Amino acid sequence: MKEKEGNKKGKQLSSVSRREFIKGLGAGALGTAALSGGIIALKEAEAHPAEESLEEGIKIPLRLKINGIRYKVEVEPRYTLVDVIRDQLQLTGTKKACDRGECGACTVLLDGKPVYSCMTLAITAAGRDIMTIEGLASGEELHPIQQAFLENDAFQCGFCTSGQIMAVNGLLKQNLNPSREEARNALAGNICRCGTYTRILEATLDASQRLRKGGGNRG
Amino acid sequence: MKHHNYSIIGHRQPAVDAASKATGQAQYTVDIQLPGMLWGKILRSKYPHARILNIDTSKAEKLAGIKAVITHKDTLGKKFGFVRNTADQYPLAVDKVRYIGDEIAAVAAVAEDVAEEALALIRVDYEVLPAVFDPLEAIDPEAPLIHDGQNNISARLAWEFGNVEEGFGESDFVRQDTFYTQPVNHCPLEPHACVASFEPPDHLTVWASTQGVFYLRNQLSRTLDMPISNIRVIRPQVGGAFGGKIELFPFNVCAAILSQKTGKPVKIVCTREEVFTATRCRHPMIIHLKTGVKKDGALVAVQARIILDGGAYNSTGPVATYLAGAFLCLPLKARNIKYEGFRVYTNKPVCGAQRGHAVPQIRFAIESQLDIIAETLGLDPIELHLKNAVQTGDVTLNKQVITSCGFSECLEKIKAQRSPALPEGKGIGFATCAFVSGATYHLFFTTEAFANAIIQANEDGTVSLITGVADIGQGSDTVLAMITAEELGIGVKDIKLITADTDLTPYDWGSGSSRVTYQAGNATKMAAAQVKKLLLEAVSHELDVYPEELVARDGRIFVRDRPEKGISFAEAVSLAQKSTGGEPIIGQGEFQPQEAKVNLQSGEGNTSPAYSFGAQLAQVEIDKELGKVKVTKMVVAHDCGLAINPMAIEGQIEGSIAMGHGQALYEELIQEKGQTLNADFINYRLPTARDVPEVETMLVESVDPGGPYGAKESGEGIIVSTIPAIANAISNATGGRIHSLPLTPEKLLKALEQKTK
Repeated sequence: MKEKEGNKKGKQLSSVSRREFIKGLGAGALGTAALSGGIIALKEAEAHPAEESLEEGIKIPLRLKINGIRYKVEVEPRYTLVDVIRDQLQLTGTKKACDRGECGACTVLLDGKPVYSCMTLAITAAGRDIMTIEGLASGEELHPIQQAFLENDAFQCGFCTSGQIMAVNGLLKQNLNPSREEARNALAGNICRCGTYTRILEATLDASQRLRKGGGNRG
Repeated sequence: MKHHNYSIIGHRQPAVDAASKATGQAQYTVDIQLPGMLWGKILRSKYPHARILNIDTSKAEKLAGIKAVITHKDTLGKKFGFVRNTADQYPLAVDKVRYIGDEIAAVAAVAEDVAEEALALIRVDYEVLPAVFDPLEAIDPEAPLIHDGQNNISARLAWEFGNVEEGFGESDFVRQDTFYTQPVNHCPLEPHACVASFEPPDHLTVWASTQGVFYLRNQLSRTLDMPISNIRVIRPQVGGAFGGKIELFPFNVCAAILSQKTGKPVKIVCTREEVFTATRCRHPMIIHLKTGVKKDGALVAVQARIILDGGAYNSTGPVATYLAGAFLCLPLKARNIKYEGFRVYTNKPVCGAQRGHAVPQIRFAIESQLDIIAETLGLDPIELHLKNAVQTGDVTLNKQVITSCGFSECLEKIKAQRSPALPEGKGIGFATCAFVSGATYHLFFTTEAFANAIIQANEDGTVSLITGVADIGQGSDTVLAMITAEELGIGVKDIKLITADTDLTPYDWGSGSSRVTYQAGNATKMAAAQVKKLLLEAVSHELDVYPEELVARDGRIFVRDRPEKGISFAEAVSLAQKSTGGEPIIGQGEFQPQEAKVNLQSGEGNTSPAYSFGAQLAQVEIDKELGKVKVTKMVVAHDCGLAINPMAIEGQIEGSIAMGHGQALYEELIQEKGQTLNADFINYRLPTARDVPEVETMLVESVDPGGPYGAKESGEGIIVSTIPAIANAISNATGGRIHSLPLTPEKLLKALEQKTK
């Protein structure tokens, strides 16, 4: 495995690409998955050595529990959670804007805590509770956070909105009554280029009030 | 604000697409997945200036999963450009590359990473050419030529109104400065993207994250040599644009050609690095500015000589050069004006339109200089502005016609908000702006219609509003729905929007130069008025009254003096259809630009049918030891004509202030020998929730005679005054004046050091 990657790197003219980099991470993670799940397909990969081509990836069957639904997917260890969520499961509410953990558009909840799904390998999310924006509303009824965003006009283009809402959701799971300053700090990792921050803060405080009245954040 | 008797207009209306955005259901171009879809990627130049000797794609073509590789040989070799007669960019480089990022080849593959891998297998032989990065060096006759021609000047405009030399002679005080502005990126969170699907024999569909579907269609038509009717451009939701998605990009053309070659839909999504380096940025400018005033602050003469660093291609260059000159003085009047603008090619990323399009740069210079002048003469800067303020009915020296103007009222409101003496380390700064409500002229030398709307009434009491307008997140769909609802007396929820699809909707130029509310708003109001007329006629027969006696409001059409006598809107639609023997109830409206043409050479002409105005106060706290600036509050007074949706306007103003905050204080693309060193959000800092100041907005309603319900531009122009207001506040707090953007701690410490010397 390692040797083959070494060969490939020789062919790559540019510096280490993101794919190469993540593949490096993935190799370590693969070991963990192999130990716990007993799934490994090294031999298969060796049987199909890469020529002047993309290396045949080793795909690992995985179950991802997203919004309470257990999805069956097959992923290479290097796949990020955002790519699996968006490209394989077509849950496109989660956005990819920088693909390197710098903007927060891809924020989802992992076991109730906000994470950047572009910096999370899909295999590390196996067996954990993943929540995306699609899991928030119950049917036609918006979650109080979504309703607060709508009424406070807390978005313009809407591209960062899913991530913002999930970050707020994460905050209000841990602290149902945040101060403005606490909310500001909790949301500092989510960029909104349209500049709706003041409204997002208003919506956060509004949502916290709605949730306290309603008896907590079950989102 | 005045209280109007409107049931919808002037009320705080959540966006029509709010629920879809809050639930993640809103579909953006990057979300599109079609059966059999391939991923496209672009190979870009590694060199800032080089001749291409050979491109060998053979290895890439053999890579498993690669479906097509294209170079300029697969294109028609037609140049494109924002302004047709200054087209200078090829979809794929033909003979040479002019900046790091210039497009050389494109691939389509079964997966994004396969496409990426193929790029590394394309071999390009270059002959590296001498490059030039500094616009002052590029303008030198001896500089390496970036394009064919005599020199590297991509646009030059010059004009004089009055006589500035005489004006300076008459002045009591003349001040001369040079100001510098930096390159900044739009950073829309949705990267530039498109999906192209070619359906044989000759039809192309393109989904694009774009500001204007018809403009993109025209450009594709010319570049691909396809009739416009064979091309369908559709705008899904757009995740931010700010001027950066107004143009055709090479990747749009590549996606179309790759789709034609492979018979599959092809999707191209720019990486964040590509958005930073290979789309567009704001023009950096070097501004030599000389202003002469009387002792009382009356502006006598203003002279500006500007060099715009354009990067490798023309893009919106001539327009930017014009706008910087056209807004040299507005919202102020001067008796003599002289302007000379050079836009210069350099081997760097291309500069184009961005929120405020060339006006924020010039206004940073002028408002800074006026602040210096006021301080020197012991005048109040607000009084100085009041003295020179344009008024309703004025025609400026360059023939801008001021149909409505609440500028003086903005100044008075701001003046009342100004706090008295401030403690050490705190400061306030003041600055103003004026901006267009779209253009009056056919800048692009085309014959297309300008803004149009069609409204069809449905028997269920709803109406379909069909318009080519491309909402890019600024909330224009909501404004048009509100206008329709107000006119027809129904609810915003009753308006079904069909927008931004060149096969289904009538022509609209798109979201650019703050034109939609004024221009498409007028078209929409006209279409709705026609539907209303048809309905009132039918109802008047039924109720045996004159149509003039009827009112459409709250979902009913009723007799004004006897509200109980009436029928529902839905019944009225059925009635009207029946009375015409089944003809649909359709209204059509348009807005055409005035005849007054702008002459780019002489600088004369009315830029826009109406102008918005604004004034701002910035409050700052300075850590003098570290040079750190914290903007604690911004107070804004904005004349937007009439606030159709005050909630959205406040949001737009806050957005302008957030972006202006970043661009005033820290945003800057660091370029070293044509290479961008900070093409990511860690090294190119954007404002976050912890950075933006509190904003207090006061809306001034001057009610423009030509705007729909009196509305004008809002939200774009405010960035123009945000940047100089912050600069002036820093100077007010510290006495240090910084002549170049961004206003970094390093520069502030240096300015303070110089002051104490």
